Amino acid sequence: MAGVTEPELRHAGLNLSDDPREVREHVESDVFGFWVFLMSDAVMFACLFAVYATVRHATAGGPTAADEFKFHSAIWETGLLLTSSFTYGMVSISMKHTRGRLWIAAFIVVTFCVGAGFLKMEAHDFVTMFHDGATPERSGYFSCFFVLVGMHGFHVFSGLVWMILMGIQLAVFGPDERTKVNLIRLGLFWHFLDVIWVVIFSVVYLQGLIR
Amino acid sequence: MTIWHILLGRLTWSSLAFVRAWRDPTLSELIGAAAAAIAVGGAVVLFGLLTYLRAWRYLWSEWLTSLDHKRIGIMYMVFAGVMLARALIEAVVIRTQQAIAINNQGIVGPEHFAELFSTHGTIMVFFVGMPLLIGLMNYVMPLQIGSRDVAFPYLNSISLWLTIGGGIMMMASLVVGKFSTGGWSGYPPYTELAFNGGVGPDYWIWSVSLSSLGALMTGINFAVTIYKFRAPGMTWMRLPLFTWTSLCTSILMIFAVPPLTIATLMLAADRYLGMHFFTNDLGGNMMNFVNLFWLFGHPEVYILILPPFGVYSEVVSAYSSKELYGYTSLVIATMAIAILSFTVWLHHFFTMGQSAPINAFFGIATMLIGIPTGVKIYDWIWTMFWGEVRLNTAMLFSIGFMVTFVIGGMSGIILATPPVDYMVHNTLFLIAHFHNMLIPGMLYGVIAGYYYWFPKAFGFRLSEKWGRRTFFCFFVGFYLAFMPLYVMGLGGVARRSQELFDPTLRPWTIVAEIGALLLFTGLACIFIQLYVSIKQRHQTRVPVGDPWDARGLEWSMSAPPPEYNFAVIPQVSRRDAFYWRKKYDGAYRPADHYRDIELPKNSMCGILVGMGLTACFFGFVWHIWWLAFLGFAVAFGTAVVRSFNRDVNRVIPAAEVAAHDRRWLDRAAAARPIPRHLELTPENEGLAKWQG
Repeated sequence: MAGVTEPELRHAGLNLSDDPREVREHVESDVFGFWVFLMSDAVMFACLFAVYATVRHATAGGPTAADEFKFHSAIWETGLLLTSSFTYGMVSISMKHTRGRLWIAAFIVVTFCVGAGFLKMEAHDFVTMFHDGATPERSGYFSCFFVLVGMHGFHVFSGLVWMILMGIQLAVFGPDERTKVNLIRLGLFWHFLDVIWVVIFSVVYLQGLIR
Repeated sequence: MTIWHILLGRLTWSSLAFVRAWRDPTLSELIGAAAAAIAVGGAVVLFGLLTYLRAWRYLWSEWLTSLDHKRIGIMYMVFAGVMLARALIEAVVIRTQQAIAINNQGIVGPEHFAELFSTHGTIMVFFVGMPLLIGLMNYVMPLQIGSRDVAFPYLNSISLWLTIGGGIMMMASLVVGKFSTGGWSGYPPYTELAFNGGVGPDYWIWSVSLSSLGALMTGINFAVTIYKFRAPGMTWMRLPLFTWTSLCTSILMIFAVPPLTIATLMLAADRYLGMHFFTNDLGGNMMNFVNLFWLFGHPEVYILILPPFGVYSEVVSAYSSKELYGYTSLVIATMAIAILSFTVWLHHFFTMGQSAPINAFFGIATMLIGIPTGVKIYDWIWTMFWGEVRLNTAMLFSIGFMVTFVIGGMSGIILATPPVDYMVHNTLFLIAHFHNMLIPGMLYGVIAGYYYWFPKAFGFRLSEKWGRRTFFCFFVGFYLAFMPLYVMGLGGVARRSQELFDPTLRPWTIVAEIGALLLFTGLACIFIQLYVSIKQRHQTRVPVGDPWDARGLEWSMSAPPPEYNFAVIPQVSRRDAFYWRKKYDGAYRPADHYRDIELPKNSMCGILVGMGLTACFFGFVWHIWWLAFLGFAVAFGTAVVRSFNRDVNRVIPAAEVAAHDRRWLDRAAAARPIPRHLELTPENEGLAKWQG
């Protein structure tokens, strides 16, 4: 029995056990490199959260968070994003059990749709707030709100673009080594965005709704 | 909205430095135009020369599109050398201004002077210090850990071209428009739209963004390389110290660069979208910028200082022919510095009104850094103790560093005391202090490393005579240029002063001016040294590859190394692997059998992504939106197209590897082993005589 540190066990979706050692090691470092990138991305979000904490009350006489946030839409957005994380988990499971590209593609499409639904709701929220005069130019608070939440939204958008590209690659190459590595990376990215959203939900929305 | 506005954004005739000088021919504008002429002329001469030599194809296919870490490293160094020349000339102009402008306007106006110190600082930190060290790490680190390349060669190429793109923006700011007048740290609200409507701060924001993107990706790349690509048996405590410092620097880049990215992004949001992060009104708070900036800025200091510490460790050990003293303590000290560097950022703004206990905490944390640094200095001294020390250029720089750096450290302890800092904050004392750290701590180290590893990279040694002249200029020049600044700073002279009003300062400013000229002469000596060394290369060839009787794996192959570095990936069983191989007669032996080697093919994607993003950011600076869109489309499109390319590697057959290795082994067998005291003579072919 090999130790649990063997790459084929750590990245179960890759089914690498038949590949030569060099390939396994390369795949291992490819995925690890993406983890390191996510850590630096986490530092970036940490800085945004820190700035957000300092401008909580810098509304400059304009609308406040409690005026603007809609609890039910934040809850729905959370639900959508968490669901999309689950459906992306199904992508990984399909890869692991070599279900073939159709299953993988199907779950990518589902994830894409749910993720797009999240973005649509978020965009709708933003437009409503703009109509109320809660714009980024209005106050330091809303500058930071829109940059922080917008940055997360931009990440989600990038994830969706990435899903389209991965769908095309799946159609062109099938689940070959590069595609599988990138699907695993995309999964890490997508789950990471969930984690960030959970923090946004707690720190920004829940805290903001306290009157 | 005219058609010109859509095409050229904010660009007008008067954006051109030449037109400004034509319309308003003051000395200050003429100096600006001359600088622009040098930038344009330099580019034209370079293009002409490359065309005349018909070198474009060679340059493109062998260098610009190369994914080989060694070539990328060399390109980083060449780029940094060009930027160093500019920033050092600016330093001379700054010193000249202060030497002349005592109760008069001097040679450059206030705005121009402010541009000078802003570009000098920005270039020296982002486009000289970081590229020099990243270049050195790129070249040496994979060789030291027994790897064929870095983890992500394509990403490495993108990082290079993003950094060069930032440099191109800096150069463009000489010719079109004006650079920021807000210093290298670009504090708002001064750099906000309300006070600075021009393109200056935008140039700063976007060129720094290019550099920080490149540095972040390099950090990820190097960290993964060191974690995952070490040769079998190369355990953590067997890593050469330069690799250790590279790892710490990479980690610092991964964690410290994001705050800078966020700070510049928020400033851009204020300037482009009318937001209020750091403005004076509507809830903006400039202290957020200051905190974010120095959350990056202080670790940045150690990003610049730690790799040279690694260089000194290698150099001192090699030229003392001794095992590095206190290896474990050096590793711990390096890590301790890396971690402590995140706990001291507030000492850059003791005077900005936080409470005394907070200042005390950060003051103490700052002083603590002196302890691991002191450990290092002692370790290097003990390494030399009873060693066979050869005082060549690299050792002179190392010893010059130890003496000078300790003085700088002392003034650092003074500055770390908040009440004292209140007295000398933002005076020339501070300028003297950080130049006292960075010139020996960064520049001397790079020069020492350049001298030490140059024969490995190019197969011949550098001129010792010109090396000594370089050392004389940089050592004496430093003291002349910056000791007077300590005196003036204690006397209360504010930094960044365009005009001085006290005639008794003149002797000090003149001494500093002489020092600046001497430092510039030192740079000239480096270039002359390179020229002379290339001329004499037939007498200084070291093809066997171990000219200094050194200890690490990077010396265990030919000089210059084959593109795949190691014919066979080495097995490491101890620290200083090559030393032990020489000792037990295991060096210069053929492998049992050779295998095919897979290497990445060259790719023009790196340069396309880098230049695309540069064009995009240039469009942002000038509000040329079509260019911004086009540049982004090129960068993004290239990345996408590349992801569909599965044919990215090529194979070097085992027979070719074996043949190359055999040729090198024959060369080594034919060479005469050279004792250390003859290593600077033409007899040295790169095969060291075993002397224990």
